[in-house]
Amino acid sequence: MMNYDIVIVGGGPAGLAAAASARKAGIDKILILERDNRLGGILNQCIHNGFGLHTFKEELTGPEYAQRYIDQVLEDKIEYKLNTMVMDISKDRVVTAMNRNDGMFQIQAGAVILAMGCRERPIGALGTPGYRPAGIFSAGTAQRLVNMEGYMPGREVVILGSGDIGLIMARRMTLEGAKVKVVAEVMPYSGGLKRNIVQCLDDFGIPLKLSHTVIDVEGKEHISAVTIAEVGPDRKPIPGTEERYTCDTLLLSVGLIPENELSRGAGVEISRVTNGPVVNESLETSIPGVFACGNVLHVHDLVDYVSEEAERAGENAASFVKAGCRDSSSGEDIQLIATDGVRYTVPSTINLGRMDKMLTVRFRVGAVYKNAAVSVYFNDERVMHNKKRIISPGEMEQVILLKDKVAAYKDLKNITIRIEQD
Amino acid sequence: MIYDVIIIGAGVTGCAIARELSRYKAEVCVLEREEDVCCGTSKANSAIVHAGYDCVPGSMMAKMNVRGNEMMDQIAEELDVPFKRNGSLVVCIHEDTLDGLKDLYDRGIANGVKGMKILSREETLAMEPNLSDDTQGALYAPTAGIICPFRLTIGFAENANKNGVDFRFNTEVEKFEKDDEGIWHIRTNNGEYKTRCIVNAAGVYSDHFHNMVSEDKIHITPRRGDYYIMDKEMGSFVSKTIFPQPTAYGKGILVAPTIHGNLLAGPTAIDIDDKEATATTQAGLDAVLAGAGAHVKNLPIQRKVIRVFAGLRAHEDHHEFVLGEVKDCPDFFDAAGIESPGLSSSPAIGQYMAGLISDKYGFAKNDHFDPISKGVLNPQKLSLEERNELIKKNPAYGNIVCRCESISEGEIIDAINRPLGARSLDGIKRRTRAGMGRCQAGFCTPRQMDILHRELGIPYEKITKMGGDSYIVRERSKGGEDK
Amino acid sequence: MESKTELTCIGCPMGCLMTVTMEDGEVKSVTGNTCANGDKYARKEVTNPTRIVCSTAIVSGGDLPRVSCKTKTDIPKSKIFDVMQEINRIKVEAPVKIGDVLLDNVAGTGVPVIATKNIEKVG
Repeated sequence: MMNYDIVIVGGGPAGLAAAASARKAGIDKILILERDNRLGGILNQCIHNGFGLHTFKEELTGPEYAQRYIDQVLEDKIEYKLNTMVMDISKDRVVTAMNRNDGMFQIQAGAVILAMGCRERPIGALGTPGYRPAGIFSAGTAQRLVNMEGYMPGREVVILGSGDIGLIMARRMTLEGAKVKVVAEVMPYSGGLKRNIVQCLDDFGIPLKLSHTVIDVEGKEHISAVTIAEVGPDRKPIPGTEERYTCDTLLLSVGLIPENELSRGAGVEISRVTNGPVVNESLETSIPGVFACGNVLHVHDLVDYVSEEAERAGENAASFVKAGCRDSSSGEDIQLIATDGVRYTVPSTINLGRMDKMLTVRFRVGAVYKNAAVSVYFNDERVMHNKKRIISPGEMEQVILLKDKVAAYKDLKNITIRIEQD
Repeated sequence: MIYDVIIIGAGVTGCAIARELSRYKAEVCVLEREEDVCCGTSKANSAIVHAGYDCVPGSMMAKMNVRGNEMMDQIAEELDVPFKRNGSLVVCIHEDTLDGLKDLYDRGIANGVKGMKILSREETLAMEPNLSDDTQGALYAPTAGIICPFRLTIGFAENANKNGVDFRFNTEVEKFEKDDEGIWHIRTNNGEYKTRCIVNAAGVYSDHFHNMVSEDKIHITPRRGDYYIMDKEMGSFVSKTIFPQPTAYGKGILVAPTIHGNLLAGPTAIDIDDKEATATTQAGLDAVLAGAGAHVKNLPIQRKVIRVFAGLRAHEDHHEFVLGEVKDCPDFFDAAGIESPGLSSSPAIGQYMAGLISDKYGFAKNDHFDPISKGVLNPQKLSLEERNELIKKNPAYGNIVCRCESISEGEIIDAINRPLGARSLDGIKRRTRAGMGRCQAGFCTPRQMDILHRELGIPYEKITKMGGDSYIVRERSKGGEDK
Repeated sequence: MESKTELTCIGCPMGCLMTVTMEDGEVKSVTGNTCANGDKYARKEVTNPTRIVCSTAIVSGGDLPRVSCKTKTDIPKSKIFDVMQEINRIKVEAPVKIGDVLLDNVAGTGVPVIATKNIEKVG
């Protein structure tokens, strides 16, 4: 069995940033395991710009953003294996992986960082009635085909779901000469970023139909048309609102699911809300020494936040290894409670003994709020009240907790984050 | 050339007959309009091996079901078919229909079903804790099983092919006529075929072919069944196949684990006219939700679904298998009206039909018949050492293509390059399970296309999901050339 | 004549909803923005909207058949499809490095198209 201080599962933006920061924190033996044939993960197919405004103060495309971290990893001579699939992670942090050259091999890791990213919900998960012909793709699959492999799935496109990849692909297919007829979104608001609605749909006159969904798929061998209908508040189709669109491609952007098969296999506790691991302030899962960051933890809106989070995971994993792979927490954990519109928080608990001077708590809301405030309560006392013009589910929110304040508060058991409307 | 026997249809019935005929010295050919075996009813059903208690005693259905069930262990062994006798429960949820269980039990005894037992409410719930609180009792049939219908069909076909049977795909039978010498001339979209004997195993189209030659008309109704298939997370929600009590429309909506560890709920029984209409409908899917929900509790179908699908059963008006030579048309044999329990019965139907045909034409035994056909190697069954040996010999087994089901490139190459190999994504899926997992081929589609392109030399634009017009990508972007 | 245009700021994930008031083709006021970038974006968007175009170009002999690319700076929004037409005619040979100029002065905009991905030479 091989031995590494830190094994990182996934060589996308999270894995790369975690690796670089662990190295910076003084860890020598780091190994990144990546299943694709190049580092960079999903960023390799995200050729649009808009990445890196926070991190690099400039607008980069996905591959450019990824390359900055790849260059760092190469410069640091961090080891990585491509075309390598991790098959299993054990409670004792034994990682089993496989590739063509090494066969199946096992590594004893001091710490493991989960950075597997997320996957797209397929049409099957929607239970949409109709045929199941060729020509139906998750937006990300189409994105890979168009942007990396150089193929066009079709020429007449309907998109279900207004997640960012769906919006980005609406523009991308249009630029490549396809006609995108409509984007249907079952919710009364879009799950995508505002800038993407403006620049990917509005710019090209592509209609966005909110509270609409696909209720029938036609075409036995290849898709030939879909029927879209308006849905009521119960998300059930309203009879009489059906509209038929002929198309040769249906793209789906109906949600991303953190890819936690390996985490589950290891016995990591998974949140029912995020579908990602439940973590503490160190981004450590329920298994000591197993950390998580990026979209495997919770689906992010901006890669900049993935990198930032991953850097923390890298530092914390490094601390764990340097402490002899032992838990260094002290005292009771403070529980973070998400309520009143806040769907979850990352992390879920804080241990003062390990808390950094500043802790970023990230979360998403469950509906669109206008002129509302993000409030933070220490036990029952409101200690923060950040007013915002708009808070929407498509965008990740955050509050920053200062260790001084948390430590100074007597008998602090719970920190509650909620949305308050004035 | 003149074949001794031509079988129309490469579903489980046609392939089972072909395999049994290959035990004899006869020139046999199977004509299939689709690009692969197992493309119709055989690919979209409950994947159940029924015990045989609900068929009318004395019917062909009863005989074939019980016999087929008995034969299945050996078939599974010989053809490498994933199969497990998980047992079934017919669950009664209304006190006033408890007697129905006894009726079923009696039928089962008359049909020769072994090991059945009527269970009390307590015994039933002890066996399956997730059953409805309304459970009153159940009929337990330990011989019922779950099976991979793809491998069963493909196994029959591969073994038939190994023993000399020809298969012609993308070959749709249009017309046939017998000449003065008693030779059938079969016109297809793919040339003419000649044979001494036709076997009609055309599923929902079996009435169409039967009625072309016989005055004694039969009528097949496509009876659609909608299904939900759920994530492997749900695979142990029940361990046995859970049936409601049967009605005139069949065995009702079941909930069952699949042999590969998913959970299945369905089917509906909706009679339609269109023999091609394999589309699910909202009403059908809603009916599955309601039906499944009546017998098990708190089943989160909609949260755990990974795919919905529908299949068509070939329901003959008298709900009976039509097996044998057509009375007013010699040398034309029907294997028609094969609806549930058709999959369970297929080994017996194959044996019975091959017996009739070889008796009539006096085929000699094929002494070189080899009953064994191995499926695509499943490296997950190997130890770490064995797996590493395999990867050393063939590195493609070290490259995982389908992450959800952990299917390697080696398995996919095997599926493509074996006799009667896969030509499409669905063909690969049925042989390896690649693309059948929770991401439903979102991840592996481009990767599988690379392999199909490389192994078969098919241009990317010609690679299909399931043959015909089911292309995946329309063209290269920017008018570029193929890579 | 006074006219109002509603805009969503795209400068950052805030996505501020802004109102631009115009009079006789001149921007009179911008409201709803939370930073100076919003004001700047709004004024530009109603007078001279521009975009960076991101796409791919054909590359031969590389580890991928397409190299991603972008206009180095923004180009007039009205020229997006002219730019695409020219990008679609680009053919380059591997290797390609991020920042390599694939096309000078695309569609008369004076802006070059540059590669945004490293493509290794293979075979």
